[in-house]
Amino acid sequence: MAAIVSRLERRSSAPRANADSPLLKWSLLAVASAFLVFFLVLPLAAVFAEAFRRGVEAYFEAFKDPDTAASIRLTLIVAASVVPLNLLFGVAAAWAIAKYEFKGKALLTTFIDLPFAVSPVIAGLVYVLIFSAHGWIPPETQQFLLKPFAVLFGWLAAMPAFGWLDPLAYWFEEPKIIFHTTGIVLATIFVTFPFVARELIPLMQAQGNDEEYAAVTLGASGWQTFRRVTLPNVKWGLFYGVILCNARAMGEFGAVAVVSGKIRGETTTMPLHIEILYNEYLFVAAFAVASLLALLALVTLVLKSVIEWAHSRRHA
Amino acid sequence: MSIVARNITKTFGAYTALADVSLEVPTGKLVALLGPSGSGKTTLLRIIAGLEFADSGSGRIDFHGQDVTDTPAGKRGVGFVFQHYALFRHMTVAENIAFGLTVRPRKERPAKEKIDARVKELLKLIQLEELGGRYPAQLSGGQRQRVALARALAVDPKVLLLDEPFGALDARVRKELRRWLRHFQREIGVTTIFVTHDQEEALELADEVVVMNNAKIEQLGTPQQVYDQPASPFVIEFLGNVNRFAALGHPLPGAGGDVLYVRPHDVDIQRDYKGEHGIRVRVEHVFSAGNYGRVALVRTDNHETIDAEISRARLAELGLRAGEEASVVFRHIRLFPKEGKFTERDVVTEDAAPTLTDPGRGI
Repeated sequence: MAAIVSRLERRSSAPRANADSPLLKWSLLAVASAFLVFFLVLPLAAVFAEAFRRGVEAYFEAFKDPDTAASIRLTLIVAASVVPLNLLFGVAAAWAIAKYEFKGKALLTTFIDLPFAVSPVIAGLVYVLIFSAHGWIPPETQQFLLKPFAVLFGWLAAMPAFGWLDPLAYWFEEPKIIFHTTGIVLATIFVTFPFVARELIPLMQAQGNDEEYAAVTLGASGWQTFRRVTLPNVKWGLFYGVILCNARAMGEFGAVAVVSGKIRGETTTMPLHIEILYNEYLFVAAFAVASLLALLALVTLVLKSVIEWAHSRRHA
Repeated sequence: MSIVARNITKTFGAYTALADVSLEVPTGKLVALLGPSGSGKTTLLRIIAGLEFADSGSGRIDFHGQDVTDTPAGKRGVGFVFQHYALFRHMTVAENIAFGLTVRPRKERPAKEKIDARVKELLKLIQLEELGGRYPAQLSGGQRQRVALARALAVDPKVLLLDEPFGALDARVRKELRRWLRHFQREIGVTTIFVTHDQEEALELADEVVVMNNAKIEQLGTPQQVYDQPASPFVIEFLGNVNRFAALGHPLPGAGGDVLYVRPHDVDIQRDYKGEHGIRVRVEHVFSAGNYGRVALVRTDNHETIDAEISRARLAELGLRAGEEASVVFRHIRLFPKEGKFTERDVVTEDAAPTLTDPGRGI
């Protein structure tokens, strides 16, 4: 009897090679958890602890500072400008790469990854080199190309201060790129443009072209095919890419630091503003703003999980 | 003629997919494009559909006498069924079927009630009336295939094009669906071309078979014609099992005799060796299924294998067992010269057998 039992035990554990070493499993788990606690949970807790060190009132007091309010507004403007543009670019690039054959496809795919490989500071410096007053592109050409954007951003940035002013007023102002919202948006576009495309390309490639071909043979136009077949098939990937893109657009420091010139209350986004506050020993204020960014990261993570959950449930 | 394709050439870089191919399909017929992978059959189908275009300057495609060479796929009035169905995964079965009607310009689009009625009618036709609300992922392979067919038919296509319609199905479903498609095509009478690499499927289903190889059409004819009168060594090898022997010389009048073919059912086995008219063989394997006994034989002189198919009664009469010696004679032999135009010859065994057995006299 005992022999039979021991044989059964052996058989049940035998097929899984790694199951016979619970020690390995638990030590790997312990290492991973310790890593997470020290490098992620602890700092996150510290941010909130520091922010609330002087109480809830002091925490909310920090947001009443006009410069802080301006930095939050600027961050939102930048994200609201960057995300739609990169959404457009990402969809176009992914569509081209996944659905067509052309020369230089591998090169384009590599270029899309470039911002991941290049330090954001370098990206910022390059934009300064190109767009500053003595940059590669003459100021007249810059003005011509970017005037509409400059007007839009100028108007958006000034709007809360002056009310709904006539946007035309900004048309006659000389548009600035470097040390201005336009420059920040450009640098942020560069840093965040892989997110949507990277998310879509493998998805679209895996799905192939057959459904689009089917739509075409049934008489659908290009736009109908895109709107009714391609887009619904990639919508979860698209959401995911947009969320990641948005998180990075709001959190970018390096590239923005270089092109913005850190003009307090004018060209400081939240990450830049946090640094300024911290350097001035305004710890509560610095961590209060930081907690807002951290909160955004948490919301992003929750949204991502919800999307993944909804996606897996649909395909179960 | 319902579909006419003339002088179609298609190259992908240095690779030639179709070399000056012409094809005519009569109205209402069910035609099979049969060939191995890489023979150009799918490319031809896609060019007819308008999903690909022939090399510029080459070729012309007519549907019912109307030139559609430069017409985009959506305006050709084709129903195309893809090998892996390509159903819209985020739409229900009913929405899938209705798609072709709902994307029409507002002026030509039927009223919603009319579209619903059409969908209902098609669901009934494909015997899936209850499943209109399901998603493609919730259907079996055979059901998906039928939905794809209904979706293609919803727009009343002038021609129906099927790319490997049964390729992704298991054997039993395939057989069932094949029979169903045949009835179905007869019933609605739409001119249909389907692509397949399965010779049995082509012979069983099609009114006409187009055998393709190496970017060219090898032969076009009824299933009986292509099976009984193969136009080239490729066709005889591709359609059904066949024994192939390298002939050694030119003993037969008019034959440049390089390759020699014998169908397994044209091989007769005898227990005893009858001198110069037979070939000595050893029995390797015996298996009988249905009406036929399949016997694998090996020539004792040069160890070439010969497959024979004899009636079960004959097999019982012979009582063959693996390892035993026997002899075979051929009832029909086909000879193809290696080069030049082929000449087909049915030969009685008495002429050819000695030349096979004795290289000295040799074929």
